[in-house]
Amino acid sequence: MSPEKQVSQELSQLKQAVEFAIQEAKQLGADESEVSISKQTGICVATRDQEVETLEFNHDGALGIAVYTANCKGSASTSDLSPEAIKNAVKAAYDISKFTSADKAAGIADKELLATDIPDLDLFHPHPLEPDRFIELAKKCEGLALANPKIKASDGANINSHYGVKVFGNSHGFVGGYPTSRHSISCMLIAGEKDMQRDYAYSVARDFSDLDSIEEIAAQATSKTLGRLGSRKISTCEVPVVFDQEVAGSLFGHLIGAISGGNLYRRSSFLLDSLGKKLFPSWLSIYEDPFVKKGLSSTPFDSEGVAPKAKHIIADGVLESYLLTTYAGRKLGMQSTGHAGGIHNWLVKNSGVNRTELLKQMGTGLLVTEMMGQGVNTVTGDYSRGAAGYWVENGEIAFPVHEITVASTLPEMFANVVAIADDFDKESAIQTGSILISSMKIAGS
Amino acid sequence: MSFEKVSQSLLVPGGIGEQELTMALTEVAKHQIDYADLYFQHSRHESWVLEDGIVKEGSYNIEQGVGVRAISGEQTGFAYSDVINQSALIQTCQAARGISAKAGSAKVKPFSRVSAEQFYQSDNPLVSLSNQQKIALLERADKYARSLDSSVTQVIVSLSGVYEEVLVAASDGTLAADIRPLIRFNCSVLVERNERRERGSAGGGGRSNYSYFLEDVNGRERAMGFVDEAVRQALVNLEAVDAPAGLMPVVLGAGWPGVLLHEAVGHGLEGDFNRKGSSAFSGCMGEKVASSLCTVVDDGTMGNRRGSVSIDDEGTPGQYNVLIEKGVLKGYMQDKHNAQLMNTHSTGNGRRESYAHLPLPRMTNTYMLSGESEPEELIASVKRGIYAPNFGGGQVDITSGKFVFSASEAYLIEDGKITAPIKGATLIGSGPEAMQQVSMVGNDLALDQGVGVCGKEGQSVPVGVGQPSLKLDELTVGGTA
Repeated sequence: MSPEKQVSQELSQLKQAVEFAIQEAKQLGADESEVSISKQTGICVATRDQEVETLEFNHDGALGIAVYTANCKGSASTSDLSPEAIKNAVKAAYDISKFTSADKAAGIADKELLATDIPDLDLFHPHPLEPDRFIELAKKCEGLALANPKIKASDGANINSHYGVKVFGNSHGFVGGYPTSRHSISCMLIAGEKDMQRDYAYSVARDFSDLDSIEEIAAQATSKTLGRLGSRKISTCEVPVVFDQEVAGSLFGHLIGAISGGNLYRRSSFLLDSLGKKLFPSWLSIYEDPFVKKGLSSTPFDSEGVAPKAKHIIADGVLESYLLTTYAGRKLGMQSTGHAGGIHNWLVKNSGVNRTELLKQMGTGLLVTEMMGQGVNTVTGDYSRGAAGYWVENGEIAFPVHEITVASTLPEMFANVVAIADDFDKESAIQTGSILISSMKIAGS
Repeated sequence: MSFEKVSQSLLVPGGIGEQELTMALTEVAKHQIDYADLYFQHSRHESWVLEDGIVKEGSYNIEQGVGVRAISGEQTGFAYSDVINQSALIQTCQAARGISAKAGSAKVKPFSRVSAEQFYQSDNPLVSLSNQQKIALLERADKYARSLDSSVTQVIVSLSGVYEEVLVAASDGTLAADIRPLIRFNCSVLVERNERRERGSAGGGGRSNYSYFLEDVNGRERAMGFVDEAVRQALVNLEAVDAPAGLMPVVLGAGWPGVLLHEAVGHGLEGDFNRKGSSAFSGCMGEKVASSLCTVVDDGTMGNRRGSVSIDDEGTPGQYNVLIEKGVLKGYMQDKHNAQLMNTHSTGNGRRESYAHLPLPRMTNTYMLSGESEPEELIASVKRGIYAPNFGGGQVDITSGKFVFSASEAYLIEDGKITAPIKGATLIGSGPEAMQQVSMVGNDLALDQGVGVCGKEGQSVPVGVGQPSLKLDELTVGGTA
């Protein structure tokens, strides 16, 4: 069966299953219920040193249900999607709701916020699952990298190709579903003898033909890995720092944590009561567009069925919106912003400079290309993470560095963004170029 | 005997018996393969969460399926099904054997049941307390937390349990089953005072049932001890000053700071990385990789511990394995596949997240044995440095050996005395170098409370860590001051 035909059958089967579960919940006596189901089919191939290492066939399905009875919530999930198993899951959720406490904020999304049309966001581009072809591609990618004598070994190339369906429905009568696909290719290399280093390159896209070529991936992985050779520590100092675009998104990732409803209503964020406040320099804006065609974080409705909106999260440096689910919204006396399940394609405005110009603007300081560990306290905004990258002198890369930490506080880092380069990666959920921050503490030797 | 029980609930409903298991493995062996195994799993998981003084959420999750693996040389084919019956099993076997295109005639060995010592009970923890009792426990913890200090403004308490049955059948004749309970209690609090807010959290658990949390420990219910600890940590952090930055002596407390060993040496000693030569410890067998004060073991045999395995996920009995003895590298942790390729035996470390994941060499409970020093001596020996008794998570790059772990409770040491609490900071080092820096080892070995989750290649498994108090002469502390 073709993936198109398979998915169209699954879409109607899953819609029926959602309706069945909601009906079951109603019959048991639940006031409200919501159900999500997904099914995914795909393969993962991994090669190492140009030999196949693993070939995995994936076929996953899961159903999750939440029921509300007199504002008491119960939830359950099952990997078995047979009617019998679904019935049992609904019953389990209902039984749990008999033991939980009434919570005024609990319940499904407000009816008027639900998506009314399901735009086609061009997210479904299944690729025929051809293990032999993927294996050849992965081997070839490694071969291209291994042609460089300085590359000691390949630690593996991976190709993943998946497609599937997501369906969500609730007792307001909403049932929506759409198919998606996701493909990725990556290659990790090892160089060096005594002081080994490894690094990797990857590409991910909705459409296999939008992936970077294996030539590009091999070349990128090679230059990144060789660049790490001869890494050393630097002395403890306080200098300007550039977060390379590959790690720059993580800074906005911490912003996401701090303006998420769950952390706000629990008073566990350093950005309480920040709506309308200036967090970044005036030139900085972040636009969220849930409807980018083929976008990796595009969605016609969030995981509660709420229609997302295209809008500014940060405009002229000012926080314009929190990220709220239905529940968090009610706890804060606000409405859902359509962020159940996460953000949808953030486009961060750049300063119109390229990366070379950004490094020139920094002059002498640290370029961070890799980060390690967590080290971020969302309650206080304290920031301390492991890092590796390059020492930069007068705008030029001088030598690779590792085994250091970068530390500051997130409010200071946000306020001290000097410039953002135009080297963003359109494959990321957070599209930002490299970021220059005026000063951070580096701990080293 | 758990085998009969597991077989009754996992295989019998789908019409599968020993004969069908043999048929399935024979189906895989129609292609040229060296080894094949079937892994059946059924797990039930529940969790209850209290927040804002009420039990807001409860959930119940059921997961089941069978994973089929076919190995040919260094190559592995893998497929799985969330339906357990004869036809799904045969189809899954046919997909997995696709790793090898050639026809084969390998014999499937007759089954021999693995007899393994049980390191935990096989009761279902989910029914060990009534739902009312579970909720009462959460409510008790909430009240207790709020009674401890008026600055406690938010309390989140959770209780979760897993009841899991697994059964492994392999072409090498292995036939084994296990019942694995796992429980967890956690308390997280927010404290607010003078415009400052901080969080503290603590918890524990293991392969046991919920009555463990109700047991009396030093005159207090065990779960309430975790609540005390969460509030204490949050209050300490309210007073914390900026952490120092740079290279300095670091004293690590006993117990959970063993996450250092997990990151700095544990992952680097897993068989797969060493077979591939991608670990900073590759080719170091028999060499001195740590100071001679260090003896590190991985121990899957500890009673009721979170990381313990009566059998691993390939049916090999859990073992006590010495990894480093007096500083010398003695052993790697192996699963069957990597052991065979490295011409050695599985050490009972073949673990997987579920039937839908491939087994990998993984840690169980990893800890360092006690040394000779009194813990106070370690502190007294430091002129200027830090003392870190509690950590969040860590991470390692096994190739370069660089690792990090983040302190969640730490203090300055000045002139041999613990002084001000400092803010959480990341510590970074190189595994092989940091282990050589261990200059004092306390006599106070402790294991963590049973909260560890280890991630590798996208798979999470429960683990334990432990160590006595340790002094490292130099480690980079990532503060701001």
